Amino acid sequence: MSIRERLSGNEAAATAMKQINPDVVAAFPITPSTEIPQYFSTFVANGNVDTEFVAVESEHSAMSACIGAEAAGARAMTATSANGLSLMWEMIYIASSLRLPIVLSLVNRAVSGPLNIHCDHSDAMGVRDSGWIMLFSENNQEAYDNLLMAHRIAENENVLLPLMVCQDGFITSHSIENIELEEDDKVKKFVGEYHPNHYLLNDKEPMAIGPLDLQAYLFEHKAQQANAMKAAKDVILQVSKDFESWTGRHYGLFEEYMLDDCDFAIVCMNSTAGTAKAVVNDLRAKGIKAGLLKIRVYRPFPAEEVAEALSNLKAVAVLDRADSLNGMGGALFEDVVSSMYVAGKQVPIVNYVYGIGGRDTTCNDIESVYNDLSEIAQSGKVDNPYRYLGLRKGDM
Amino acid sequence: MAYNVKEVVGRKPARFTEGHRMCAGCGAPPVARHILRALNEDDHAVVANATGCMEVSTFIYPYTAWTDSFIHTAFECAGATLSGVEAAYHSMKKQGKLPEDKNTKFIAFGGDGGTYDIGLQSLSGAMERGHDLTYVCYDNGAYMNTGIQRSSATPKFADTTTSPAGKVIPGKMQSRKDLAKVMAAHHLPYVAQSAGFMNFKDLYEKAEKAIYTEGPTFLNVLSPCPRGWGYATDDLMLINKLAIETCYWPLYEVDHGVYHITYKPAKKLPIEEFLRPQKRFKHMFKEGNEWMIEEFQKEVDSRWQELLDLEEMTNSK
Repeated sequence: MSIRERLSGNEAAATAMKQINPDVVAAFPITPSTEIPQYFSTFVANGNVDTEFVAVESEHSAMSACIGAEAAGARAMTATSANGLSLMWEMIYIASSLRLPIVLSLVNRAVSGPLNIHCDHSDAMGVRDSGWIMLFSENNQEAYDNLLMAHRIAENENVLLPLMVCQDGFITSHSIENIELEEDDKVKKFVGEYHPNHYLLNDKEPMAIGPLDLQAYLFEHKAQQANAMKAAKDVILQVSKDFESWTGRHYGLFEEYMLDDCDFAIVCMNSTAGTAKAVVNDLRAKGIKAGLLKIRVYRPFPAEEVAEALSNLKAVAVLDRADSLNGMGGALFEDVVSSMYVAGKQVPIVNYVYGIGGRDTTCNDIESVYNDLSEIAQSGKVDNPYRYLGLRKGDM
Repeated sequence: MAYNVKEVVGRKPARFTEGHRMCAGCGAPPVARHILRALNEDDHAVVANATGCMEVSTFIYPYTAWTDSFIHTAFECAGATLSGVEAAYHSMKKQGKLPEDKNTKFIAFGGDGGTYDIGLQSLSGAMERGHDLTYVCYDNGAYMNTGIQRSSATPKFADTTTSPAGKVIPGKMQSRKDLAKVMAAHHLPYVAQSAGFMNFKDLYEKAEKAIYTEGPTFLNVLSPCPRGWGYATDDLMLINKLAIETCYWPLYEVDHGVYHITYKPAKKLPIEEFLRPQKRFKHMFKEGNEWMIEEFQKEVDSRWQELLDLEEMTNSK
């Protein structure tokens, strides 16, 4: 039986971690993810978990300690945001190259500078090519559910890659919403035990990890990582299927909301999808065929599936909560456009960079995007594909 | 049992093997090999290594010179990496996930760049958190792996590629950081400074003490570099000896806060004896540069005196 509760996104993440009961958690405080290690250290202090909590002196050390712990044969977890992830950046790549299925809770926040503690996705976008599986979560429930599925995906022997579960800073992390929790023993059974094939603490088979890897080998090792990332897609779907038969909650690579028969749709990630769903409902009530595609699995990017899902639309808007500052649009936009082009699907696509530094994105903002899409659908033309949403124009 | 080098080397196989690619005359391989010999034969070890000469010369895929488990991640985080391994050990042992009867010890090796400089925060954090591990700095006094750039361990006036002895600036103008004291200020149960000297007795005994003292322990070991220091490769042990006999590199330990100087030269040699055989100090012997040697000597004297005072003070309590 699921347990009905009211939790913030951070509480949901910490609760999932408590139920997973990892061997080691190494973390450092940073707004807005601080509460996760804070709640978790209380679980440790009260004996609710078996975890060794390592209160490191920086995020760089948090990821280094997680790498050490995971290589040692332990399950290691951490949480961070924004600059914390930036400081980890070097170790983020090392974690994935050493094929260590570490699980990280990323509470999305704007990367400095200037300093801003509020939500955008610039932190996640900075590591999008680092070889981590990246799952995005619309609300506390999804953050919780994604974490419960994380180890089964990351530790699969065809995958062996680290995984991060993203949720929006403050908007999700600090908002208290209803949630369905699963029972401790059932979580334990679903997550299972971790038995790595090779690990440092196995005195019967000492191992060396993290070599100097020169011209004769690095290329092949990187290709193996890339193959593992491709293999992760099927594993994610399989684990999600098992999760659904246990909890009844369905997860795919992305969520299609009124997408089947729609004329035009928004593609976005995390909490904005909730706002967009409300707008879609309103528009549908007026007879306007609006839809939504919410990306859950951002890495590996479900290119073929996204292209197929959007192929019959008359117009698509991709919403990026991080600007790539590259003169051509956000990262999600590039991914969607590439997917469509490679699949030979010609649909007019427009990009909106929005919500930077926690700028509120309202139903009116989203509605204005659908209004633009309606025009694009009629004309079949996109004048300026790289746009801003919610930007105060007078200051530009 | 009294230390006997033949007995130790004969009885305990090398856990750091031949076939590595470190330079002839480098101080680091005998340091690593001898420290690992201090392990009980039945104990397993996990060795962590900061990026540096030692790492890139001992674990080039698919070969390794380490017979114990070994992990390298990056330059600045051997302390944090090994603290994660140690935390995993405690957690898994507590939960019955590892055999009851097996001991694993944790030893990190970092050069002075990875320890005094870029890795200082990670080291300090690991030490402050009290992990049961031994961190060994093999101190060769510069960034040797990248081509002899100055570090905060580089002695004053040394000629390096980023503190070159030029026409206006005669080498490194700053004194070296005293890392063993910085570590002692963490109030660790055991901190020691050592070197390969007199059949490696000092190093072996300190390594054994460090590895088998519960809690975080630190060893700072002089590790001469023939390329960076400019000496003939077969002079390695001579250079070590001169560093010790001039009191440039005092051998001492801080055991639960109490200082013991483990070797006091019967007759302290003048610092020129240490400086002269090394090309990095060559410019100090040019006419008109006598002041540099005087200044160097003054610093050695004052640091030695400080150590004598600390020994007296902490033993008279």
